[in-house]
Amino acid sequence: MATAKFRIWRGDARSGKFQDYTVEISAGMVVLDAVHEIQATQAQDLGVRWNCKAGKCGSCSAEINGHPRLMCMTRLSQLPLEQPVTIEPMRAFPLVKDLVTDVSWNFRVKEKIRPFRPRPADAADGTWRMDQSDVDRVQEFRKCIECFLCQDVCHVLREHHLHEQFIGPRILVHSAALEMHPLDTENRLGDLKRTQGIGYCNITKCCTKVCPEEIKITDNAIIPLKERVVDEFYDPLTRLFRVFR
Amino acid sequence: MPDIDVPLVGGRFGRTSRRDLWWVQPLVVLLVLSGFVIYATWAAFQGNHYRFGPYLSPFYSPELWGNPLTAWIGGRPGWYPSWLIFSPALFILPFPAGFRLTCYYYRGAYYKAFWADPPSCAVGEPPRSYRGERSFPLILQNVHRYFLYIALLFIADLAYDAWNGFWFDGHFGMGVGSVVLLVNVILLGGYTLGCHALRHRVGGVLDRLAGARLRKRTYDCVSCLTGQHMTWAWCSLLWVAFTDLYVRLCSMGVWHDWRIF
Repeated sequence: MATAKFRIWRGDARSGKFQDYTVEISAGMVVLDAVHEIQATQAQDLGVRWNCKAGKCGSCSAEINGHPRLMCMTRLSQLPLEQPVTIEPMRAFPLVKDLVTDVSWNFRVKEKIRPFRPRPADAADGTWRMDQSDVDRVQEFRKCIECFLCQDVCHVLREHHLHEQFIGPRILVHSAALEMHPLDTENRLGDLKRTQGIGYCNITKCCTKVCPEEIKITDNAIIPLKERVVDEFYDPLTRLFRVFR
Repeated sequence: MPDIDVPLVGGRFGRTSRRDLWWVQPLVVLLVLSGFVIYATWAAFQGNHYRFGPYLSPFYSPELWGNPLTAWIGGRPGWYPSWLIFSPALFILPFPAGFRLTCYYYRGAYYKAFWADPPSCAVGEPPRSYRGERSFPLILQNVHRYFLYIALLFIADLAYDAWNGFWFDGHFGMGVGSVVLLVNVILLGGYTLGCHALRHRVGGVLDRLAGARLRKRTYDCVSCLTGQHMTWAWCSLLWVAFTDLYVRLCSMGVWHDWRIF
């Protein structure tokens, strides 16, 4: 039976190193299968977070050969197996153990986003009317599985560690889903500019490239939000037009 | 905003576990953009060989000041600095240059290629502080929509030039140059009309578009082009330089413009 070598990061926030494991592989295997095999037969204390094994829970995010990816959605047949496959934890978040990182920062930041505030109901029975085409635009953002790979690859968080000033692409997508919703009346643009650091994004599109749900994060969420911030704060003609409208 | 609990490990320049040729794309961007800037600057300062028959180089269009016989306004203006080489292109090129410089696609591309900020996705950066587009000078990128408005006028002008490129001494005809000018305005049009700022202006600014059918249709068309913005950006950049080169070499007698009919 064919084998493949895996080089997995073992350790915690204080120290760690790569350790090699050899696994028998078969057709259709994904990286998470190999990690489970290693956990079952060679390293029972290997820390790894997973849940659905179907690319929908967003738990098994890691860096495979340097690319932020879901382990359960990365087939071994996609990888060059003549060299060891490196598996590392996400770098933008504190390491707990081995492949497990503490992503709770994302949820704490998400709580700071102003919640959905719908306009008064359209009908007497307290319901609203929306056109499907208007909902479609924000529906794309609802596909997010919160794997936080986009946060991991974003250099503002990953390299510059500006977690206190910048909310990152995932939370910007969440904000866009609310801000562009046809029923929502809340204004989040001031927060985006002042405390959530949308100006830190320099549109490298790395977040879009790693999204397993293929959400066009930059084109459909971040740039439209940036343009709305320009409307509100940087475009004198638009502001003048608003005065006379 | 809550702080992150555990200190994160800092990266270093070029640090990555990626095994693909991640440096190829930024290198190609660096070489092509640098090559274009060098050629465009050289061509702009030539001040000659920008017309051949009915063809006008896009670097010199519209010819506001230039040859008194063909320019819209006249010859060299009196207020033009005497120390600066006179060329009609110098009145024109700052606007499309500003449009491309502030373009959302190009920004991402040249931040990677020229500033290594980051060099590529999931690759370590040189150690330095980072301010993004929040403060001067990069906060000026927000002026992009104003360059867009001017770029739209240029598209109309270049379409007029392309139309003129089919008229030879009052007779309708077609040369290779006619096709070159036509392709040029199509590519530049595809790039300009796919601009993210235009997408926002025509409909993205609204949360409800369904009630405005024309606006919705326009938004959908622009969105379609925006999805391929990178392709339009590179094709139009290379072709506009080729168009200038074609007109220039024909005017210099190096190339012969083949008449199709």
